[in-house]
Amino acid sequence: MRTEIRVNGVDHAVDVDTRTSLLDFLREQLDLKGSKKGCDHGQCGACTVLVNGVRINACLSLAVMHDGDEVTTIEGLASGEALHPLQQAFLTEDAFQCGYCTPGQICSAVGLMAEIAAGHPSDATADLNAKVILTDAEIRERMSGNICRCSAYPQILAAVRRAAGAAA
Amino acid sequence: MSTVRDWAVPNPITENRSGLIGKPVDRYEGRLKVTGTAPYAFEVETPSTPLYGHIVSATIARGRITAIDLSQAASAPGVVLAWSHLDVPVQAQRGAKLNPRSQRGSNPALGSDRVEHYGQSIAFILADTPENARSAEARIRISYEASDADLDFGSFIDSAGPVPGEEDARIGDFEAGYSASEVTVDATWFSPLQNHAQMEPCATTAWWEGDKVVVHTSIQMVKGGQHALAETLGIPSDRVRLLTRYIGGGFGGKGQSYDDLTLAALAARESGRPVRVAYTRRQMFQATVHRPAVQMRVRLGADGTGRLNAMALEAVTHCARNSTFVEHAAEFARNLYAAPHRLTGHRLVRLDIPHAGAMRAPGEAPGMLSLECAMDELADRLGMDPIALRIRNEPEVDPDNAKPFSIRQLVRCMQEGAQQFGWDRRNPTPGAVRDGRWYVGMGMATAIRGNFLLPAKAGLRLTGDGLATLTQGMTDIGTGTYTILAQITGETLGLPLDQVRVELGDSDMPPAPGSGGQFGAATAGSAAFETGMVMRRRLAELATSDPRSPLYGEDPVLMDFANGNIVLGNRSESLAALASRAGPEGVYVEGSISPAADARDWSQHTYGAQFAEVGVDSVTGEVRLRRMFGVFAAGRILNAKLAKSQITGGMIWGVGAALTESNAVDPRYGSFLNQDLGGYLAPVHADIVNLDAVLLDEADDKANPMGIKGVGELGICGSGAAIANAVYNACGVRLRDYPLTPDKVLAALEAKGL
Repeated sequence: MRTEIRVNGVDHAVDVDTRTSLLDFLREQLDLKGSKKGCDHGQCGACTVLVNGVRINACLSLAVMHDGDEVTTIEGLASGEALHPLQQAFLTEDAFQCGYCTPGQICSAVGLMAEIAAGHPSDATADLNAKVILTDAEIRERMSGNICRCSAYPQILAAVRRAAGAAA
Repeated sequence: MSTVRDWAVPNPITENRSGLIGKPVDRYEGRLKVTGTAPYAFEVETPSTPLYGHIVSATIARGRITAIDLSQAASAPGVVLAWSHLDVPVQAQRGAKLNPRSQRGSNPALGSDRVEHYGQSIAFILADTPENARSAEARIRISYEASDADLDFGSFIDSAGPVPGEEDARIGDFEAGYSASEVTVDATWFSPLQNHAQMEPCATTAWWEGDKVVVHTSIQMVKGGQHALAETLGIPSDRVRLLTRYIGGGFGGKGQSYDDLTLAALAARESGRPVRVAYTRRQMFQATVHRPAVQMRVRLGADGTGRLNAMALEAVTHCARNSTFVEHAAEFARNLYAAPHRLTGHRLVRLDIPHAGAMRAPGEAPGMLSLECAMDELADRLGMDPIALRIRNEPEVDPDNAKPFSIRQLVRCMQEGAQQFGWDRRNPTPGAVRDGRWYVGMGMATAIRGNFLLPAKAGLRLTGDGLATLTQGMTDIGTGTYTILAQITGETLGLPLDQVRVELGDSDMPPAPGSGGQFGAATAGSAAFETGMVMRRRLAELATSDPRSPLYGEDPVLMDFANGNIVLGNRSESLAALASRAGPEGVYVEGSISPAADARDWSQHTYGAQFAEVGVDSVTGEVRLRRMFGVFAAGRILNAKLAKSQITGGMIWGVGAALTESNAVDPRYGSFLNQDLGGYLAPVHADIVNLDAVLLDEADDKANPMGIKGVGELGICGSGAAIANAVYNACGVRLRDYPLTPDKVLAALEAKGL
């Protein structure tokens, strides 16, 4: 099925198998293998990408559903040699070990920052009428869809905090 | 052969003049990982367009395939081939070794019509796309003849047999000592079947270059995988090149190869194309190994002052019908506390379920969930502080074998941990502290895990551009191998880190045993160090024997290495210049490490103390971690940042073991009840609050020339026990059936009238 999709700023007009997930499309057809397949059914978050700025699990979405969408993957975050502040913060805080969940964690954190900026509440938000602020509890809650079996959670929290501090 | 005395002389690592050792430098391969450009096994570039394989799994526990019809699958769109046991290419018989020195025997896939466990591979489909390969599975018709299967561990515990080749470890007379004790504890703990749940499913990309196969696979042990595939295919191992450069988590579960490796290699040969094969997440649970369930009975007998008189830990566990794996859950207890009368041992049940195998800290991880809680119960019964009880039973020599300790800072770990955690604020009376609807409590436990050094080699090349490249058939499973080998090589040669390269995970490179048993850093690192020392000697000879060098004619023994130069007094020459003169290939050396001849004369372990504070919800029975802290002693630390990550990661595994992680066998099918990450609950971000660790200054000069030890498995040891003890302190209920889920906690609270 003909699908037009913009990925990391590059336009693609391609015929896609209607069964192909966005994740497999990115990995196997565009050769963007940074988005990882950890479970292939929306439970681990390793495939997290940004679609029109909103984070989703690429494995739970079919490529053909994204006709006209703009997708950002881990490969699209850095500007040339300059890492995205979250990528740099993950490196500095050692917020990963095996690295397999890392692209998803970082894309998820990018999405998280946008949600906070847009004032979206979460289960950890104490006051739904107040401005949402980026507390540790908010970060933990909002990052809980991204499993890290190496369990770099304390370091991931520190990395998101560091990047948020740099952005503030 | 070296002795530990040879290792005690100062060397570039222990002198650490440029300060690279211990330095918290960023991960060597970190940039690749945060940009998504580190290629894992399924992702490596192939020489031509790859095909995709899909493995089909058995849906019975035991029996045989009476009929299998692949014809519809084979003719499905895009399908290149479909195999069952009837048409898979010839492979060597399971376990066969053409070469007696192979580390692993043949591991055939689809080898027969026999089904030995649920989830076993029974068919394979190769197609042009992943979608076509997977959808063809629905066209396969299979009939089974199921046989009776032994599936329920619980019903066989009482009839568990001895472990072949093993005897109980008995010292003194346990029964007499126990019955003569003033205060006793006799209780039984249960740790359930657990899964590794590595984020990266096992995967292989394979292609053939003439009669040689190149495989990129996700495996912790390079040589074992290479040998297993060579034996399976019936070819010499030098016709298998196995690469494993980035591994998305191993934790012991990727210590061996699986059918993805075998089938990818066979299918690539048959199709003449590169082939990618990965397990699905659901397949990972049953097609790879798991940590078996363990039942542990602990009996402690002490006098009124808390001095242990008798100690027993008896573990019953399970493995697959034709397996020899044993979860040695009682072994650590032999080295931990003094007691004159001792009994430890294991019993084994054989089941028709997937294979049990090593998972992070095999033995200690479930084992310490029993003894360390029994010690808490004993302290409670004696009215003693749990730390004081442990200090009272601190042995002067190893209580198992009377060997001296190489170094043992367990008491210091407990004391410093207590101080930094605020243990003095713990109310020893259970249930005394409330925070709204939460019962709040603190608990502690010790950690112990053995330290090992295995034989290993490494290669090191210095080139005219001044770069030193270390090569080793070693793996980095997230543990930091790349980084620490760069630090060791840089410090040994006096080179800054940006002039050091590390290449790992290739069977063409000098072999190392791989990642496991927390022996990786000490083993691979010591080989890298020795190789660096060989390079120093070679460079010193080159410089002092070459009239073009300013160091010509000097004694090579006097040479020093600093800032990229070889130095004597105020004369020096750059390593780059030396390597340039040696030719376009530069200078290449190999080195190796072996255990010291007298290494076993000392008792050698890593130690720690774990502290946890939890809240127990009085309404729902949910246990929530409030904070956790640990102090550990594990030899000289090569990289403070990465070592701490290993430790805290391990501690979090303990949180999972205590509170959420569990699997069980479905007695109808022999399958696991949890076959995904929505059912198998590894900890997530929201579960982990205020968790930190400290590593003590230490150097163990009996361990290896650098005085380093492993940190990969220490963090999980005792971690879950500290949490269980905190639960008791919080609400006064002893739960011995892990994990401590709300249903169990709530029932216990209700039984207490709370």
